[in-house]
Amino acid sequence: MKNALTIAAREIRSYFVSPVAYVVLTGFLLLAGWFFFNLLARFSYLLQIYSGMQQRGGPDLERLNLNEFVISPLLHNLSVVLVILIPVITMRCFAEEKRLGTFELLLTSPLRVGEIVAGKFLGGLAFLTVMLAGTAVYPALLVVYGDPEPGIMLSGYLGLYLVAASFLSIGLLTSSLTENQIIAAVSCLVTLLLLYVINWPADTAAPTLGAVLHYLSVTEHFAEFVKGVIDTRAIVFFFSLIAAALFLTHRSVESLRWR
Amino acid sequence: MIEVRNLTKRYGELTAIQEVSFTVGRGEILGFLGPNGAGKTTTMRILTGYMPATGGTVTVDGFDVFESSFEVRKRIGYLPESPPLYLDMTVDGYLRFVARIKGVAKADLDGATDRAVETCGLAEVRHRLTGHLSKGFRQRVGLAQALIHDPPVLVLDEPTIGLDPRQIIEIRKLIRRLSGNRTVILSTHILPEVSQICEKVVILAAGRVALEGRMDDLMKQGVSLEDVFLKAISKDEHAGEEAAGEAEASSEGAAP
Repeated sequence: MKNALTIAAREIRSYFVSPVAYVVLTGFLLLAGWFFFNLLARFSYLLQIYSGMQQRGGPDLERLNLNEFVISPLLHNLSVVLVILIPVITMRCFAEEKRLGTFELLLTSPLRVGEIVAGKFLGGLAFLTVMLAGTAVYPALLVVYGDPEPGIMLSGYLGLYLVAASFLSIGLLTSSLTENQIIAAVSCLVTLLLLYVINWPADTAAPTLGAVLHYLSVTEHFAEFVKGVIDTRAIVFFFSLIAAALFLTHRSVESLRWR
Repeated sequence: MIEVRNLTKRYGELTAIQEVSFTVGRGEILGFLGPNGAGKTTTMRILTGYMPATGGTVTVDGFDVFESSFEVRKRIGYLPESPPLYLDMTVDGYLRFVARIKGVAKADLDGATDRAVETCGLAEVRHRLTGHLSKGFRQRVGLAQALIHDPPVLVLDEPTIGLDPRQIIEIRKLIRRLSGNRTVILSTHILPEVSQICEKVVILAAGRVALEGRMDDLMKQGVSLEDVFLKAISKDEHAGEEAAGEAEASSEGAAP
């Protein structure tokens, strides 16, 4: 465990001394700000129209709430941005070590492969925490100036965090398979996109296959969280996805010894 | 201290080393000689536990490399062909990181780092990024990294490659100074290096041990290392030709 933390600490340092981290952070916050601004502008526009219609017995104003019209689409948009940005963050994790030869240092040190993988994962998780925490300013603004449901917001953020963590574990896996960072990034991006849209044929597929595809869909589990439903099934799904990806990473790193 | 017995490594079809055996005693410096591609790096990688052999055994200080890899890795300091540096870390930060993962006790982290910095003459570059260092300094950081946990065995893969003459002399001095009661295995294809610092020599040619001997024995026989080396290698080339000839003959014989 101590060794895993040592590796995680080095990993975090290495994130924050490289320009990649700052480009990713800036881009992520910039996009988040843009989404938030536009969603909020649309919300207040709708509010005006609805309240105008209200006097003539229009639709119910109660249906307009910040959670559904601002937070929920914001979180969904951010999850799409994560699909694109996480491969960029994880691509160097193992690939770079192999290129620099530092992998030889790690593997000839008295370290367990599990400690190396856990360290990389924890380091990445710390970076993602910073990244997601940066966007918390927008929901915080809503709490100060409006009255959204904080519970639903928190559950949505928990969902986004789990999505990010599973994407991270998949990124580690693809990075461990190659020494080429571009191959690592592209294969991670493709895997994440596939996981994102895997449920598209679910409704027309055979019932069993359909159910499987629905279950495998990151989007559907995430949507539950965003609605404020914390389902054990979804939590189990994300944890097993992370565990499976990290297990395969472990095998892939260990297999380097046997090639 | 180190016993290598019948070590064989195949990469798919290619046989990198075959039936390699030699021993190194405690405190000895072994020169590991051979032309490029003779299998020196492969042997060293197996020795350090980086990869397993296809056959044969290696024991370091009584521990088997395959069965008690952990114990062996604790006892070996390894400098691979290119020093394994994180280019975005300072020399100091890097050495502390290596000390931690090599299992140096927390209380001794500063001490171990200071010692390695001093031994390898890194005081002036201590706070610079390893990525900004010259090749000579990088090599020295690589050595410092191998020494940091004060291992009884040092495995150095071509420690003087690509350095200028002054740096080569410095690194050689350093290795001699380091050896003391440590066992050192040093691979190179520079012959004078071996005659200057090594007590024992193993010549590897085309994946086999062509010669294992003590330097003073060679001196006594009055032969220069150069002659021995060339003879060992050419013998192997002949063997290769003969083998090829036999293969041809047999394939001709097999044709109806």
